[in-house]
Amino acid sequence: MNMTVPQINFSVIAPELIITAFALAILLLGVFLPRAGRSDYLGYISLAGIVVAFLFTLPIMGASQYAFSRAIVADGFGVFLKVIFLIIAFLTVLISIGYARRVDIDFGEYYTLILFATVGMMLMAAGTSLVTIFLGLETMSISIYVLAGMMRGDGKSIESALKYFLLGAFATGFLLYGMALIYGSTGSLVLEEIAAHVKSKPELLRSPMIIIGIALLTIGFGFKVATVPFHMWTPDVYEGAPTSITAFMATGVKAAGFAGFIRVFFSALGPFQPDWIAIMWLLAVATMTVGNVVALAQTNIKRMLAYSSIAHAGYVLVAFVAGNELGTASILFYLLVYAFMNIGAFTVVILLGKREEENVLISDYAGIGFKYPLLAASMTIFLLSMAGIPPLGGFMGKFYIFSAAVKAEYYWLAVIGVLNSAISVYYYLRVTVLMYFREPEREISGLSFSPTAVLAVIVSIGGVLFMGIFPASVLAWAKRSIMGLM
Amino acid sequence: MGHLLSIIVDHLLTILIFLPIVGAIVLLLMDKENHSAIRRVAFVFSLAEFILSLPLFFWFDPNFVGMQFTESAGWIPEYGISYHLGIDGISLLLVLLTTFLTVLCILSSWSAITVRVKEYMISFLFLETGMVGALVALDLVLFYVFWEVMLIPMYLLIGVWGDPKRRIYAAIKFFIYTMAGSVLMLVAILALYFINLEATEIRTFDVLELYKTAIPIRTQYWLFAAFAVAFAIKVPMFPFHTWLPDAHTEAPTAGSVILAGVLLKMGTYGFIRFAMPLFPNAAMTFLPLICVLAIIGIIYGAMVSMMQADLKRLVAFSSVSHLGYVMLGMFALNMQGVEGSVYQMLNHGVSTGSLFLLVGMIYERRHTRMIADFGGLSKVMPVFAAIFMIVTLSSIGLPGTNGFVGEFLILLGAFRAKTAYGVAAATGVILGAAYMLWMFQRVMFGEIKNPENMKLKDLNTREIATMVPMVLLIFVMGIYPKLFFTKMDVSVDQFIKGFKAKYEMKGEAPTPRVTSILSAGNARERVLPPSGTN
Repeated sequence: MNMTVPQINFSVIAPELIITAFALAILLLGVFLPRAGRSDYLGYISLAGIVVAFLFTLPIMGASQYAFSRAIVADGFGVFLKVIFLIIAFLTVLISIGYARRVDIDFGEYYTLILFATVGMMLMAAGTSLVTIFLGLETMSISIYVLAGMMRGDGKSIESALKYFLLGAFATGFLLYGMALIYGSTGSLVLEEIAAHVKSKPELLRSPMIIIGIALLTIGFGFKVATVPFHMWTPDVYEGAPTSITAFMATGVKAAGFAGFIRVFFSALGPFQPDWIAIMWLLAVATMTVGNVVALAQTNIKRMLAYSSIAHAGYVLVAFVAGNELGTASILFYLLVYAFMNIGAFTVVILLGKREEENVLISDYAGIGFKYPLLAASMTIFLLSMAGIPPLGGFMGKFYIFSAAVKAEYYWLAVIGVLNSAISVYYYLRVTVLMYFREPEREISGLSFSPTAVLAVIVSIGGVLFMGIFPASVLAWAKRSIMGLM
Repeated sequence: MGHLLSIIVDHLLTILIFLPIVGAIVLLLMDKENHSAIRRVAFVFSLAEFILSLPLFFWFDPNFVGMQFTESAGWIPEYGISYHLGIDGISLLLVLLTTFLTVLCILSSWSAITVRVKEYMISFLFLETGMVGALVALDLVLFYVFWEVMLIPMYLLIGVWGDPKRRIYAAIKFFIYTMAGSVLMLVAILALYFINLEATEIRTFDVLELYKTAIPIRTQYWLFAAFAVAFAIKVPMFPFHTWLPDAHTEAPTAGSVILAGVLLKMGTYGFIRFAMPLFPNAAMTFLPLICVLAIIGIIYGAMVSMMQADLKRLVAFSSVSHLGYVMLGMFALNMQGVEGSVYQMLNHGVSTGSLFLLVGMIYERRHTRMIADFGGLSKVMPVFAAIFMIVTLSSIGLPGTNGFVGEFLILLGAFRAKTAYGVAAATGVILGAAYMLWMFQRVMFGEIKNPENMKLKDLNTREIATMVPMVLLIFVMGIYPKLFFTKMDVSVDQFIKGFKAKYEMKGEAPTPRVTSILSAGNARERVLPPSGTN
């Protein structure tokens, strides 16, 4: 038997390596630097690491090369998502400086774990083998479990971490079992080989083992991206976790979940599309509808945004069902614009709080429209963008998604989607109603705006507006990115 | 200098769209406490906008077939979405109505709005951008963007500066109703795009291109229904009208004026520009239904108006009735009907706008709008009463005023189309006279029963300055309608011809082409999900 030495190509995983190196450095510095003010430095170092990693992402843009025995690839799809993850990580660190100090979680580990989670996400997007994807998922998830429970003095934070960990571990079990079944029936872990194997042996198309494997994978990924009915953990975890981590989860983890989801289902399980598409159709409808309808009844803004994030996963699933080139490109577009608007909204939530007074009830927003006009205007932009009002990025994202659905002739799915979007307007507007139309119930004052968080808001607004008014360039990039995938 | 002028001429519509935004940005940078400066700046910008819109009227070539003042630039080339602007005789008049009413609205808000003046004026200018943009956009996505952009400022105007009691309810109801309708239109727009793409392989959302697309009749039904619901909510047609009385009643005066004057016209304009020419076969099928609903609207609106105790609510319901005429005339589909319909859009903007302004003036003085609280006002406020009389008569459609011309043509058109429609609609004229005159009598004549009404001041100079242009327009439009008809004759003629020509095609392309994706039914290979498309 021939032994082949795995081809080592470090440039393909350079961004991941750089982030890992920075994460380890921060872990050490956290021990040696004196406590006072150190977290700010650690935050800035993290930012530097992310920027460097970004610079090393540029060379692999547009390339398409495998490495490590086809376990990992640098292709357009993966690179686009890596850019999304780096942007998300960058914004998350920006909003954490200041906030982490406020809620006393300014340890070196905090930033290290954010960076580790980012590495996990990047591996998920780049992985072309079930094992790589699984490793990425676990690296990400374990970091997030810890981050969610960082506020050790806060019962809700601990509950959030424990709940996420227990359910997450359970979902991981499903995922792994599903992978095992697929490996067992096709004899390969590499996504493309799985598809090729199924094509060469059509009787596999009816193999119950693979079908069960697909179902288990759907549950596993469905849990990570929070689709109904695997969404139950979302509101509690999002509410209890530190707000910066909630923003990170709602955007990064979700995007990474979709990255793996798309890779596995389109590359490896493409031949089974007729089987899984009907399930996805139902998941999309249930996810959008439950997310939006339950969001209507929330009184805590973090919970409301949690349900809203469930609904947004539903919109992405609409494009997933559409399954065409436009649909996949629109998913990338949507994940990016969603990162901007959602992190932006959570940043406003952070900015409206202060030490010992987080102000996370929706009623706390009463009257801030004229007291903190710029803060309220930013929140309005983010919420309206999520509601899909032009000329904001969220509208263009939905426009592309629903056009993909219409193109694939899923008219009813598109109609249900836009009607959901109309329902969502109600709860997004409710916040603006409070901000602008009502007098404050109690005085909120003495807020101190952390400059980095303000920068994050500005960047997010820039992203939302740019993608709303000049969406063509981003979509064109997204379309180029998925060429190898489809 | 000449160079600058030519830039202005070439990009007049763009300037008209974005000038209000420039004004809003200027306002944003101003000191929020300096109310009088803010009012002046807003007024100057709205006036400049109006003055800049006048050349449209004078340079408009009435004999030219097609769009004028066109501008075109790629926006999202990937999709063939373009920044395509242009006006014909119909949108020309509506654009002028918009810029004209905005000036008056800002004037009328001078003393009525005392809190958050800066934010108010910014919202108003943003609203103007949305309205002008929606009227001049010739690309469906661009139109949709402006259509939605109008929602936010109007929502804020109702919600922040509206009547404290039910403003939030009214604002949300307005937003959700309109939004629910328009998202369905978005799906229809997308479907239309892909149908055209499949048939012609041209990526475009350009409405002038899409006019030419042959759409199978069964598909037309669905698409027309989606467009029609979006527009019918905006018009509003019976039975989609329930948001209107709330929004009108709770909105501040200027908000009601612009809502009645322009925003409702967006619905009727949508029918004439998009829904009908794009889907003529479906429009013909639904025609009886729409005409009957229009007539129900005319009569129902008038009867409900009669029973209102609140002046503003009365005027609001009268809008339902007036817009019923507009719809009826449009669907009469003959020269008289459609011209009357367009004319009635303008009339309604002028006369109902004036009525809201007048009600606002009396409300500012007495802080009540209940008809029962008034009586005998003509004795203490003679100027007010005189102007109110003229506007009332215009609203009823007395010969010599603008209302007569519009209603007469619509009825003529309706009779020609189907006698029964004409007869039924004509009863609305009688009812209209009844509720308006009865209201006038109760408010203006008789003894002054309420001592608070004794010391009411008559209109001041600014208020008179607001009303004089309206009164002049009422007479000019009533006595010399030719001034406006010459501008729209060709466009209306083209509308009817284009409609009929496409109708004759019966949804089929003149040359054999690939059948459209919607009609292809289940001729697809892959397994269908339960999406119910077939």
